[in-house]
Amino acid sequence: MKLTALEKLDRRWLFLIVALLVLGPMLRPIGLPLVPSRPVRMFHDAIASIPDGSIVLMSCDYDPGGKPEMVPMTKTALRQLWDKHCRVVITCLWTGGSGLVDETVEAVAVERRAEGKPVVYGVDYVDLGYKAGYEAVMVLMGKGIHNAFPQDHHANPTSSLPLMKDVRDYSSFVMLVNISAGYPGTKEWVQQVNSRFHLPMVSGCTAVSAPEYYPYLQAGQLRGLLGGMAGAAEYEKLRGEKGLATKGMDAQSLAHAFVALCIVMGNVVQWSKRGGGGA
Amino acid sequence: MGNPTRSPRALVRAILVVMACVGSVRTSAADSAIPVPPAPAPPAGLTYEDVPNDAGSGIRLTWRRSPDDSVGLGRVNGYVLERGTSPVGPWVLVDSLALGTTERVDQAMHRNTPYFYRVTAFGPGGSTPALANAGPAIARESWFNSTRASVLTFLASFFLLVLYFMSAAQSGRKPFVRRLAGIDAIEEAIGRATEMGRPVLYVPGIQDIDDIQTVAGLVILESVARLTAKYETPIRVPVAYPIPFTIAQEMVKSGYLNAGRPEAYDPDSVTFVSPEQFAYVAKITGIMLRDRPAAHIFMGAFFAESLLLAETGFTTGAIQVAGTANVHQLAFFVVACDYTLIGEELYAASAYLSGEPRLVGGLKGADVLKLLIIVTILVGCVLETMGIRGLTTWMQTQ
Amino acid sequence: MKRELPLLITAVIGLFMILSFFVPHHVVSVPADFLQQCAVIVVAFGYVLGGANALRVNLLSIAKRQSDWAYKLVLVVSLVATVVIGLIEGRRWQATDSVSMFLYNQLYSPMQATMFSLLAFFIASAAFRAFRIRTVEAGLLAVAALIVMLGRVPIGNEMTSWLPEGLRMGPVQEWIMNVPQNAAKRAILMGAALGVMATGLRIILGIERSYLGGGD
Repeated sequence: MKLTALEKLDRRWLFLIVALLVLGPMLRPIGLPLVPSRPVRMFHDAIASIPDGSIVLMSCDYDPGGKPEMVPMTKTALRQLWDKHCRVVITCLWTGGSGLVDETVEAVAVERRAEGKPVVYGVDYVDLGYKAGYEAVMVLMGKGIHNAFPQDHHANPTSSLPLMKDVRDYSSFVMLVNISAGYPGTKEWVQQVNSRFHLPMVSGCTAVSAPEYYPYLQAGQLRGLLGGMAGAAEYEKLRGEKGLATKGMDAQSLAHAFVALCIVMGNVVQWSKRGGGGA
Repeated sequence: MGNPTRSPRALVRAILVVMACVGSVRTSAADSAIPVPPAPAPPAGLTYEDVPNDAGSGIRLTWRRSPDDSVGLGRVNGYVLERGTSPVGPWVLVDSLALGTTERVDQAMHRNTPYFYRVTAFGPGGSTPALANAGPAIARESWFNSTRASVLTFLASFFLLVLYFMSAAQSGRKPFVRRLAGIDAIEEAIGRATEMGRPVLYVPGIQDIDDIQTVAGLVILESVARLTAKYETPIRVPVAYPIPFTIAQEMVKSGYLNAGRPEAYDPDSVTFVSPEQFAYVAKITGIMLRDRPAAHIFMGAFFAESLLLAETGFTTGAIQVAGTANVHQLAFFVVACDYTLIGEELYAASAYLSGEPRLVGGLKGADVLKLLIIVTILVGCVLETMGIRGLTTWMQTQ
Repeated sequence: MKRELPLLITAVIGLFMILSFFVPHHVVSVPADFLQQCAVIVVAFGYVLGGANALRVNLLSIAKRQSDWAYKLVLVVSLVATVVIGLIEGRRWQATDSVSMFLYNQLYSPMQATMFSLLAFFIASAAFRAFRIRTVEAGLLAVAALIVMLGRVPIGNEMTSWLPEGLRMGPVQEWIMNVPQNAAKRAILMGAALGVMATGLRIILGIERSYLGGGD
């Protein structure tokens, strides 16, 4: 077969190869070694440096579309926070996300109960659920968390929860952990909360949006950054976990390598065509 | 100042509750055998300061740590900061704070009201009454946030420059605007759609009207609608949010009216879909594959859907023109579309399309300010390198 | 008058909101907060308009038996069913055994994930088809893209493990992200920010007024 014939290759063949490359390592992991990058180490160290027992705000701004990237980092961050006996207040600013976020938090809580390290709802963590209004909610929370969220995700009055008795506004938190898949997310939290209320902040985001947040990391507005599943996997490595992200990294590695190969092959085909045409 | 120690038992009880909540007290049978350490020495030097440049919403309290405040000693668990409306109370808890803390901004009070504060150290051995309270502290509201003076300076310069170049353009000195291939391609694409007897698809992004990219996308829509009206080609505009949906209807109607063909306007050409990202994508890709528009124009804010739209669009063979200021999506559009407007080109497009002197003058004003920013960055770099921090400090806002 | 009044309201409110950025006093901040809350309410009413349009357009297509009317029927039935179930269940929708939760977990969640995961396939086909190196600049771009893509995942480091630490793909991609990428991104963002200001100013001053419609 001539190389130029590849130019007319039905793209469904490419789709099939991607599917196989993703599926294969999921079924039979290769176990490629992970090297945590600096932004990931900064994320881990920022949480490690907060005093034990502090209250932390965790805003999980994503929906099921971002599940593979966002859920693993949410789980690992929660485990790290709870290992430090931190009390976590969880919010969600994405319409379709509150169900998934609650499910994720509960999954980690159940796991800890099974490990004999129980966490109690209302005392160790509170899920305030979804609130409509994007940045307006962020600003409103600065005037009082109870004001912005009169009820939690399970329709309990916020003021009835023991943890919320110690929470007033942003000054009640030592850190904001934002796990975000887009808008509203890290950019808006930096602009509306980190800049105005000076709440230290770390972010976990999708791989595609990570480059946008590098300026914030460089400027010190973000104390750490997890970019996509790779960031989540490196974070799991630092925490000594073998979670969902680590399992997905072999698949992602091969998919990345294949996309790189596609770029090279596409150009080889192009050049061979030019050569064949006598250019 | 008096040293109020009213109902010390109630205070100790409250503190123990707080301590139990923060998990700093572990009571067990073994603990009861350990001798209780003495109560910590009190913190001192409580001072207050009105937080400047705010709406009278904050008082900053600072104090010196208890001499016993050290993790190794185990005498201090933390501090309790309280607020009262008179020097003798009654006291309301502001916050319980971890050991080592020497500052807290109280933001839960009313402006222009005098308050008194006291701070108490607590530990396993009990609590020590505050040595002295502080007050009256009054949070006053400011008329101008002076930390934003730099922003005001740049904003005022920008407004003045834009207004100057607008009036200059109106008086005949219209500035040169470089060619924007992406915009020129729109007319070509619409012409092609007309030849093929197929519609034009216009997507004004996936954000609500509070994103200025959506506004820019809708402004360009008016010019595009004018062209489709001129060429008698149907246009399809699926919109993600309700407010942009109503504005898009106005834009298309306006375009048809300005082209002198108001009777050709089809109210159903603009449809509301869903703010749900992938439902919106499903609708648009559905239009691409079923109605086969010959031109796809994407102008506004786009996220993960950019490549899904552009790549599906490519398979239909349509001419694709995109424009967004969402930098992380530009790469996808550049790769998969025929023409892409990058960042500010999206905002310049309406001026370019209309050719209206005042709008084009505005572009020149923005360019001059950009030059000013470049000079400021360079000067800032030089000053910072020389250790002169004045400009950087002036630029920092709160 | 139909055009002047909206232009006046736009100018006054726009300038007032700019003022609220600089003036924290309650004389300005309280009305500004109120206006922002009004915006949320206006948007909520907008959904009524949007929903009505979605129903009207799709029901008309079904009635006229247009070519893809079956899809529109699915859309209308899903829309109405979700709203009705939500209304019946009220706050109980969050219970794990509610029908709303079933819809969320079994339909909404997998459909979202499926659509998002399509990106992986589309990136591969776009890379093969469109990433052409025709100039030196495009060549540099391609090399940077390959390094970042491979350096982000373990395979890149594994492939270059024989090189000194600083020259492996991981650290090199970090440098690309931190230095050239950041510089270009900042420049584009600054330009875009000026564009935002210019568009805002044009609307506040009423120079850009096509959004008001064609009537006079």
